[in-house]
Amino acid sequence: MSVRVGEAASAPPFPEAAKKMVANSQLRRNVRHATDVIRTKRGRVVGEKEDWEALRNAGKAIKDHTLANLDRYLLQFEEACTKAGGKVHWARDADEANRIIVELVKQYEADEVIKVKTMTSDETRLNVALEAAGITPFETDLADLIVQLGEDKPSHIVVPALHRNRMEIREIFMKKMGLDTLGYQPEDLAGAARQYLRERFLRVKVGISGANYLVAETGSVVVVESEGNGRMCLSLPEVLISIVGVEKVIPRFEDLEVFLQLLPRSATGERMNPYNSIWTGVTPGDGPQAFHIVLLDNGRTEVLADPESRETLDCIRCGACLNACPVYRQTGGHAYGSVYGGPIGAILTPQLQSMEHSQTLPYASSLCGACYEVCPVKINIPEILIHLRTKVVESGHAPLAERLAMKGAAFAMSKASRLSLAHAFARLGQWPFNDDGKLDNLPGLLAGWTETRDLDAIPAESFREWWAKR
Amino acid sequence: MTAREQVLARIRKNQGGPADQSIPREYADVSPLSREEVVEQFADRLRDYNATVHRCAAAAVAETVAGILRARGKTGLLVPAGVPAAWLPEVFAFRVDEGLSYAELDASQGVLTACDGAIALTGTIVIAHTPGQGRRALSLVPDYHLCVVRLDQLVATVPEGMRRMAGLLPAPLTTISGPSATSDIEMIRVKGVHGPRTLEVILVD
Repeated sequence: MSVRVGEAASAPPFPEAAKKMVANSQLRRNVRHATDVIRTKRGRVVGEKEDWEALRNAGKAIKDHTLANLDRYLLQFEEACTKAGGKVHWARDADEANRIIVELVKQYEADEVIKVKTMTSDETRLNVALEAAGITPFETDLADLIVQLGEDKPSHIVVPALHRNRMEIREIFMKKMGLDTLGYQPEDLAGAARQYLRERFLRVKVGISGANYLVAETGSVVVVESEGNGRMCLSLPEVLISIVGVEKVIPRFEDLEVFLQLLPRSATGERMNPYNSIWTGVTPGDGPQAFHIVLLDNGRTEVLADPESRETLDCIRCGACLNACPVYRQTGGHAYGSVYGGPIGAILTPQLQSMEHSQTLPYASSLCGACYEVCPVKINIPEILIHLRTKVVESGHAPLAERLAMKGAAFAMSKASRLSLAHAFARLGQWPFNDDGKLDNLPGLLAGWTETRDLDAIPAESFREWWAKR
Repeated sequence: MTAREQVLARIRKNQGGPADQSIPREYADVSPLSREEVVEQFADRLRDYNATVHRCAAAAVAETVAGILRARGKTGLLVPAGVPAAWLPEVFAFRVDEGLSYAELDASQGVLTACDGAIALTGTIVIAHTPGQGRRALSLVPDYHLCVVRLDQLVATVPEGMRRMAGLLPAPLTTISGPSATSDIEMIRVKGVHGPRTLEVILVD
C-alpha cells in the first residue's frame, strides 16, 4: 500500500515553508481578514446556542462509538446502500481509488466530469489521475474554481481560496475565462463563475463528489454546501461517483440532528448552510440513475491503531481549528504542505503517512489550546500534538535540539527537586537574552517563539519557592 | 485478498475504544417558544437569509401567488405534478414538468413547489421530491423558487425536523435555508450563485 496525502511527502519542512509565507504580507492580510470574519460569525451563532456543550458531547460520543465499531457500521452502510441501488467499492490507497474512478468514467464513455468540493479527492490527487487519462475535471465550488483556474493549491479546508483577494480572483477569471471586462465586486465574480459553469452543469454526464456523512442504518449519503453547485453535481448528471473516507460513516439517521447543528455553526458561522442533499442509492426518474461510492482507507486504518491519537478520525472538517490557530493565521494553509492545513492537518497528515513524512508538522503549533476549545467534536489536538512529537523524537526524525530538550524535560519534570534545579539554571542561562524582564531573541529551537513575540523572563523566585516560604 | 477484505481486516485489528457506549443526548429537542413565536422565528430566519416572506390564509394562496407574480412581472411558472390546483391563480400560465429538458428548466421564469416540512430555528425548508415538489432538478435549475409552506408542516427544532425527514426516506431529501450563497470571496456573503438566486416563501395558516 502506498499512502499519499496530496503532495505532502515531497513538501518542504514546515519551518522553511512558513518563513516564506510569513514574508508575504498580502497573503497574511488576506488570511487574517478571512479568519477574523469567520471567527466573529462563529462566535455569535455558537454563543446563542445554549445547548452547544451538549451537542459537542453527543458529537464526540457518536464519533468515538463509531470508531470502536467501524467494521460493523461500514458493512451496514454497504448493505443498505447496495439494496437502494448504489454500488460500493473499496480502495486501500489513493492510487486504487483513482484507478476505480478513472475506470468508471471510461466505462460510461465520458471525457469530462463535474466535481463538487471534495478534500478527499485532493488527498488522492484525483484530478491529476483524471487528466492523465484524458478526462477533464471541472471544479464547481467557487473557491475550488479559483484554485483550479489559478493553478494554485487549496489553503483552507472550508474556504480553499481564502488566501486570495478580489483583485487577484478577478485577474485569474479574466485570463482563464477569456473575459475582456469584469467588475471586482464579489457579486461580479460570483456571477462570472455562474455563467462559466452553467452550461457545463447542464451538459456533463458524470458528477464526482465527496460526502460529509454516510448513514449506516439507511445507506444514505449527505453533502453539506452553500452555492448549489453541490445539488447540480449530485442531481443533474446521469452518473454520480462519490469518494469518501471510511471514517465518515455514522450509525443512525438520528445522529444527523447533532452534526447538522455542529457543522454549519462551526464551519461558516451560519445557523444552517443553504443546502443539504441527502440521497439513498438511486431514485427512479430523479437524479443520477447510476451511483457508485468508493470507500477510501489511505492510511486511516493506521490512525485507528493508536488509542492516544485515534480521535483524529472524529474530525468533521469544519475548519474552526484553522481559524482559531495563531500559527495558521500567520502562515496560511500552504506552509503545511498538505491538503489538510492548520492544527487538524498538523496531526492528520503525518499520521496518515505512518509518521514517515511531514514530521515537522506536529511542531507547527504553540500548544495554546484554541483549537481544542473550538472543536465541535472535542478532539484534544494539543495533547495529540505532544503525543506525536514524542513519536517523532522516538523515531529519530526530530532535530537534535528538540531531542535533547525532550529528554531534558522528561528528566527535569519527573522529579520536583530536579525541576527546581532546572529553574535555577534557566535563570542563569537566560541572562544574556534578558531585556527588562522580557526574552526577545532566544537562540536555536526557541527562536521561533521569540521572533514574533516576547517571552516573560523567568522570575527571580519561582511559584514553588514562594510557596515553600509561606 | 480483495481491497474490501483487507481494509476490513485492518479495521478489525486496529479499532478500539468504547464498544457499547450510550450517546448522551442532552441537547434541546423541543423549543420553549410559543407556537406564534416559532412561526415568527421561522419568518425572521428566512428574512435573515434574504428570502422574501409572505403569510396568508389557506383560502388566499392563489391570490397571494397572483400578487407576487404581478409584482415580479412574471407571466407564469413551472410546477410539479401534484401541486394543488387551488394554489394556482387563473390568467397566469403554469406549466407542469413532464420531463422538461434542463435547457427548458433553465429558460423558465421560475418554479412554484410545495414542501415536506420546515424548521424554524434554522429557517430551513425540507423538500423530499414527492408529489407537489417534483424531481430534484425542478427546484434547482430555474433561477426563481416560490415555495409554499403550510404552517402545520413547521416544527421548531432540528431534531424535530430530522424525525420528520426520517419518515420520508428513501426519497431523496433536499434542505433549503435561504437562496444559494457563497462567502468564498473575502468572506463577503453573496446571495445567489448556482441554485435559485431568489427564494420567496408563502406561509399558509
